[in-house]
Amino acid sequence: MGDFRTPLSRVKGLGSARAGTSHFWHQRLTALLLIPLALWIGFSIAALPVDHATLVSWIQQPLVTVVLVLLIMVAFYHAQLGLQSVIEDYVTAHASRTFVLLASNLMCLLFGTVGVISVLKISFGA
Amino acid sequence: MSNSNHPVSPHLQIYRLPLTALLSITHRITGVILAFGSLLMVWILVAAAQGADYYQWVMTHVQAWYGQIFLFGLLFALYLHLCNGIRHLFWDVGYGFELETVDLTAKMAIVMALVLTVATWIIGG
Repeated sequence: MGDFRTPLSRVKGLGSARAGTSHFWHQRLTALLLIPLALWIGFSIAALPVDHATLVSWIQQPLVTVVLVLLIMVAFYHAQLGLQSVIEDYVTAHASRTFVLLASNLMCLLFGTVGVISVLKISFGA
Repeated sequence: MSNSNHPVSPHLQIYRLPLTALLSITHRITGVILAFGSLLMVWILVAAAQGADYYQWVMTHVQAWYGQIFLFGLLFALYLHLCNGIRHLFWDVGYGFELETVDLTAKMAIVMALVLTVATWIIGG
């Protein structure tokens, strides 16, 4: 059997979904980034101060602000990719799958944004 | 049809899942749990940005017994997903597929997750 794809399509290697291996690749890259970030937040959460002023001054340290924002963006992107895999495997009806996927993506974007803005608001001392 | 004597494969609910299969589905479940659990983290950040009073109110729930159980479970889910995720990353680059290795790393992931959870809890006080 011949290959019906055009030479260009074969070279690009993007497949019928036109995304190639980007989902797989991004999930792995974010996973790698999340190894140190997850350990950092895990141990930080446990030591989370009950006192508001202490937490605020911790977040306001420039390095903490940067790493927190990075963590939130990478974590929610990783979550979005993972939830997508789960939804695509278990939600079979086309209409509901599309709806659930869109809702899931939107929620990840929304809560990721809310998290980042909260950190920035604290960091800039609102 | 139903009376034919051919061997049938064991159904998922009867088949005893090996440890590796259990960890595989657990990886998905912990992933989904963490996606929802991260909302708690966002909620705490929102509360902290909102002001001291609201943050204090949220923390009374986090400090309560049900909040602490939830947090402990979330931490364990985080570390299990992390440790098992490292197994997946090794598989992705082609290492650790031998049966003994797969079994050994499965047990290592669970033990490491437990150790990290307890260590975090002790450090956190």
